[in-house]
Amino acid sequence: MKITLQVNGEPREVDVAENTLLVDVLRVNLGLTGTHVGCDTSQCGACTVHLDGRAVKACTVLAPQADGANVLTIEGIGTPDELHPMQAAFRECHALQCGFCTPGMIMQAIDLVENGDQLDNAAIREGLEGNLCRCTGYHNIVRAIQSVADAG
Amino acid sequence: MSEAIAEDTGIGAPVRRREDARFITGTGRYTDDLNQPGQVYGVFCRSPHARAKINGVDAEEALGIPGVLGVYTGTEMVADGIGDLPCGWLVKDKAGNDMRSAPHPPLAATQVNYVGEPYALVVADSLQAARQGAESVNAEFEELHAVVELGSATVSEQIYEGIDHNLAYEWALGEEDATRMAFARAAHVTTLELTNNRLIPNAMEPRACLGVHDAATGDYTLYTTSQNPHLERLVLSAFVQVAPEHKLRVVAPDVGGGFGSKIFIYAEETAVIWAAAKVGRPIKWVADRSESFLADAHGRDHITRAELALDEQGRFTGLRVKTTANLGAYLSTFGSSVPTYLYGTLLAGQYKTPNIYVEVQGVYTNTAPVDAYRGAGRPEATYVVERIVEQAARELGKDPADLRRMNMIQPEDFPYETPVALTYDTGNYEASLDKALELIDYAGFEGRRAAAAEQNKRRGIGFACYIEACGLAPSKLAIELGAGVGLYESGEIRMNPTGNVSVFTGSHSHGQGHETTFAQVVSDKLGVPYDDVDIVHGDTGRMEFGLGTYGSRSLAVGGSALIAAAEKIIEKGKKIAAHMMQTTPEQVDFDDGTFSLQDSNQSVTIQEVAFAAYVPADYPEDLEPGLTEKAFYDPNNFTYPAGTHIAEVEVDIETGVVELVNFVAVDDFGHIINPLIVHGQVHGGVAQGAGQALMEHGIYDEYGQLQTGSMMDYCLPRADDLPDFQVDTTVTPCTHNPLGVKGCGEAGAIGSPAAIMNAVTHALGTKDIAMPATPEKVWRAVRGE
Repeated sequence: MKITLQVNGEPREVDVAENTLLVDVLRVNLGLTGTHVGCDTSQCGACTVHLDGRAVKACTVLAPQADGANVLTIEGIGTPDELHPMQAAFRECHALQCGFCTPGMIMQAIDLVENGDQLDNAAIREGLEGNLCRCTGYHNIVRAIQSVADAG
Repeated sequence: MSEAIAEDTGIGAPVRRREDARFITGTGRYTDDLNQPGQVYGVFCRSPHARAKINGVDAEEALGIPGVLGVYTGTEMVADGIGDLPCGWLVKDKAGNDMRSAPHPPLAATQVNYVGEPYALVVADSLQAARQGAESVNAEFEELHAVVELGSATVSEQIYEGIDHNLAYEWALGEEDATRMAFARAAHVTTLELTNNRLIPNAMEPRACLGVHDAATGDYTLYTTSQNPHLERLVLSAFVQVAPEHKLRVVAPDVGGGFGSKIFIYAEETAVIWAAAKVGRPIKWVADRSESFLADAHGRDHITRAELALDEQGRFTGLRVKTTANLGAYLSTFGSSVPTYLYGTLLAGQYKTPNIYVEVQGVYTNTAPVDAYRGAGRPEATYVVERIVEQAARELGKDPADLRRMNMIQPEDFPYETPVALTYDTGNYEASLDKALELIDYAGFEGRRAAAAEQNKRRGIGFACYIEACGLAPSKLAIELGAGVGLYESGEIRMNPTGNVSVFTGSHSHGQGHETTFAQVVSDKLGVPYDDVDIVHGDTGRMEFGLGTYGSRSLAVGGSALIAAAEKIIEKGKKIAAHMMQTTPEQVDFDDGTFSLQDSNQSVTIQEVAFAAYVPADYPEDLEPGLTEKAFYDPNNFTYPAGTHIAEVEVDIETGVVELVNFVAVDDFGHIINPLIVHGQVHGGVAQGAGQALMEHGIYDEYGQLQTGSMMDYCLPRADDLPDFQVDTTVTPCTHNPLGVKGCGEAGAIGSPAAIMNAVTHALGTKDIAMPATPEKVWRAVRGE
């Protein structure tokens, strides 16, 4: 079936089987490999993107569900020369090591800051509950998100 | 070192990582992000049984599925002359006999020995067709009794013909008689039975590979998630014989974490690169997380009985340890060395215990192979030493910090030869202990404990004063002890004609930040701007050789190789500079990127020298053009990072939930190149250690089915399971490498399990509780069950 969607501000049309996952539309059909697949049980959050402004796990969204939607991925939020504040904070705070969970973590973090209020340490940690990182122990990720939240 | 460099990017500066630019923008290139024209997809058929004979593999139905291009089996691999996967470390048993190795074919041909073992590879032009194909392969299995439980494996049915009692080896280290005497004279003996739980590594990027064969040239290229691409090439060529070494290129691009699990040479990449030539198309395979759980090498899994002998004053006089170590169904690449040379040798810890004897039974079971996982043997050793020392302090009514302090090796004792084969070069253990006590506010603990009690919580504090042996390893010693390869590292520095620098290292970065740290080192040594130094790694086609990254070795060994290469650059540069300044090399000094003539104001920059080397118009007659140098650095000892970790926990006695409320790590890693990166390594290690202590457990049922086969069943630490960590360092520089560095990658995972479990048992007032201290176990312990 054909679906149309906005991806990072660009209109895109793809022809996929109905059981295709959004993450595969992004990675395979559109070549946006910044969104990663780290598990097969919707546990790790490496595939987190924004669907109509809210963070979702792209491995848990079927392509037809994204028909007509607005999708934002890690490739759409900033460039090396013009980083999104959350990207800059992750670098500044050393909030990543291997980088594999990072795109999903950043997309979740942006959602937290944009849609959460009173983000203290505990609230940030609770808000990251759906995103696994095996490298950083989360310490510097929490610091990075706090710095963006504090900057308002 | 110029002031400008020292301020921004020099040694010791918290330089923000250059590799982050691609990772935070989604432009990293991991193996699954790479594609090749004409690429097809591989899916493995895996054993549903823990132990079974294969009486036949019928691929007819699978081959009838549209898109399926081939089904490749273990029998065909054998027919093609593909060899078994070797174990790279030959351990001899205590009688001097070679360990007994079970044959490990990449694809099982006649028998499967653990659930998830691959026995066929289905290749198809789409992933979906390959999956359908794999489900349609009909294998005829004849189930056999599986040996699963470690404690009874040596008295269970024999898994392999010729391997009695399922024992790969019974290994020993230390003086048995002297240790026995020490126990006979002891004023007090503390005994502890411990288990070190099986862990499943779970790097966030699942293993993957992409195999390419060029029929016209005979060249093979394997893109794969490896911590050591050159070792992968060596093994696939020399032992497995997929392709000759000069026709095989192995590329490990961006790799999403390893923690040991991506050191090993696995069945999957072996089968994929072999089948790529047979099917004549590039083949991509990416593990599902479920496959990672089943078929990545697992870690730890020991049962241990330990005894500590003390005299009247509380001095340790003897340590006796007997360990049964699970090796799984096959000896993985370094599986044999982990519970022996990386474990028994660390049992002296930070203490002057004069008599130590350790025996290890390495046991086969019908479970996934067990090999190195972050710390690899050293967390297990630390767990034994630091749990029994803490227990001894409790039995003797002594302060656990004081008891440790009175037994510690003192700064004036170095170099210190332990009774278990190592010679520590340097350290100051009390300095780390003192700093950690201060950071945790040890004096205030009783107040915090009382406050917790008012909330119906029991608060406990626990210590671990760990040591590790890193910087693997002096090659001659390692080979004498059974290693199949040297453990040096290579580095190459190319001064380019325009004056910037391309650096090639045999180390591999999969999260460690080498592209930044190594550039800091080379920039400092050669006095060239940091931004002019590029670090290249992870491709056998681009650098000559390397042993890769594991055992916290990259900076201590790989970084030292770069220093050695830089010294050669400076030496040759002096000859060129001397010619340019019409003098002799002996009259030339080098400092901060400038060659200068002694007692004069004449100088030339290293960039000018590089240009002259490539455009040799006016050049020394007896010197080759070019300014490229390589070096192999072979360490002459291990490095010995050490430190003190202190944990505080609160136990909710109504629910059994253990909360890690405070964690202090004070580590001595020698000189530090980039403190930002070092602290990050400690954070991550502590998180994995906290996972081991409180949450993670790889569990098989009695039939050998993995019960914890997904992230829904295997409990990985999440952000809300952990506190902020307090991390600090002390410094005694390593005495035998040019950077004075020791390595920082594993310390967090080595010290923290013992510290946390000492805190849990302190809070509960129990002698032991088996890791992980889950709410159920703790709840039962609180109720005396």
